[in-house]
Amino acid sequence: MAEREQIRKNAPKPQEDAVEEEAPTSSESGEALKAELDDLLDEIDDVLETNAEDFVKSYIQKGGQ
Amino acid sequence: MAIPKIVGIETEFGIMVRGTADWNPVSASSLLINAYVGSDIGGLDDRSGPVAWDFIDEMPGADARDLLAPEFAMPPEVETHLVNAVLTNGARYYVDHAHPELSTPECRDALSVVLYDRAAELILIESMQAAADALPDGQEIVIYKDNSDRKGNAYGCHENYLIDRNLPFGQIIAAATTHFVSRQVYTGSGKVGSELPGLTRRDIPFQLTQRAEHFEEEVGLETTLKRPIVNTRDEPHADSQKYRRLHVIAGDANMSQTATLLKVGTSAIVFAMLEDGANERQVLLDEPVQAMHAVSHDMSLAKPLTLTDGSTMTAIEIQWDLLAQAQSWADRFGLESVGEECGKVVLERWEQTLHALETDPDQLAGTVDWVAKKRVIEGFMDRHDCDWEDPRLRALDLQYHDLRPSKSLAARAGLEQIVSEAEAQRAIAEPPNDTRAYFRGRCLQKFADSIVAANWDSIVFDVGDDPLRRVPMLEPGRGTVDHVGTILDECESVHELLDRLGA
Repeated sequence: MAEREQIRKNAPKPQEDAVEEEAPTSSESGEALKAELDDLLDEIDDVLETNAEDFVKSYIQKGGQ
Repeated sequence: MAIPKIVGIETEFGIMVRGTADWNPVSASSLLINAYVGSDIGGLDDRSGPVAWDFIDEMPGADARDLLAPEFAMPPEVETHLVNAVLTNGARYYVDHAHPELSTPECRDALSVVLYDRAAELILIESMQAAADALPDGQEIVIYKDNSDRKGNAYGCHENYLIDRNLPFGQIIAAATTHFVSRQVYTGSGKVGSELPGLTRRDIPFQLTQRAEHFEEEVGLETTLKRPIVNTRDEPHADSQKYRRLHVIAGDANMSQTATLLKVGTSAIVFAMLEDGANERQVLLDEPVQAMHAVSHDMSLAKPLTLTDGSTMTAIEIQWDLLAQAQSWADRFGLESVGEECGKVVLERWEQTLHALETDPDQLAGTVDWVAKKRVIEGFMDRHDCDWEDPRLRALDLQYHDLRPSKSLAARAGLEQIVSEAEAQRAIAEPPNDTRAYFRGRCLQKFADSIVAANWDSIVFDVGDDPLRRVPMLEPGRGTVDHVGTILDECESVHELLDRLGA
């Protein structure tokens, strides 16, 4: 197990400076994603199928591989 | 030396007809595909021509374990009477059992698979629109790119990898099993609840994958019952002395292009490493089927899996180990076998993904389907102050996979796109230029009237008075633009084409 731990810890991680450089991008994309989620949740009641329960019940798919 | 990892995926789509209780999936799937093939959407008069699929080489009962196959194994049946079309991009579009299915053309690398998988989605979207004209008012065919009806019925998104016949099948089983179980942490499409008997929403509110619970065996030939993690179907659709086609049934269909890239790209690397004899060690799971379920059920991503030597590793640790081996393999052998540029991208994304899974999986909401889906569902639960038992969550789960642009939640979830929509639109009609799919696609574009039938490894031409002529295509890497582009550009007739090919 010690050997495996070693492998895992040796597995390359992003370098320190790389992380710092990337940080703004990742938080920007995080904010973009959050804005997308808010938009999605704003319209979800319109997008969501009416009678959700019946709709899901009627979804039956036989004969698949 | 590893051979080029030519790959393709075949997706069985979920289908429903809305607006009537009286419909059956076989007729609906046929109507959907016929509507597309006969349509002129996008300015193409004739997408597939009159060309039918040629079943001469279909042998789904052939088993890679040869004489070791259990006597009562149930091979899938070939249904030759259902709708079956070959498209000008080299793909096959057909009714399989009770589902519409689309097999991408043969692709040279995982990035090309992502492109043709997105083209497949666009084809299904156009098919729904074309079918609307053929249906009575108020009825609509709806297509889902998922793998389970959440009631115990599953259908597949199968991957296919070209493998050197000389590689012992036992080595493939060992490496594939470990990878397929552990890769689920980034390939899973997510599912609300469980389909296993006795597990309630309280036990399993949400899990990583659609498919894991439908696997009951480690190795086998079946695809519809007692599904095995490693499928042994030995049907190479190529020179069977040189090649094997590993038919992989253990993955989810992905809405995220990054997930498709990783699913196919990491697996291609794992098999190329084996062919190069470069895998330095092999982690073996003690109970692979149990582990497959356990990984899918474990939202903490921290569950220790027991190995055959009695020690334990988590799925993420197993993936780190595979990645470390892959990086060392890439340094020694290069990435040519998996596509140079693609291989680099896959190795980078693989590392970033494992790092994020370990530190903060929410970072993957734009790239990993189960994270994206869970985020939408949890956002909904916050807004509506409901819990995991709310029936609307299953509707959200299903609608994540809805391909209708007006209803798809995946299309609204902010998933990162790897290929542009313009490229994907082009790939609806144009084949890849770096596999034999190029020859198939170009022949269909140019000489559809003279083609009687086509399949993966041959095309049958009708040249008038002469007997029908079959052109074999047993080398998946030949028939590319480099090999036959000029000939196809220059030939005005099928006679000329066959003469110049020496067929």
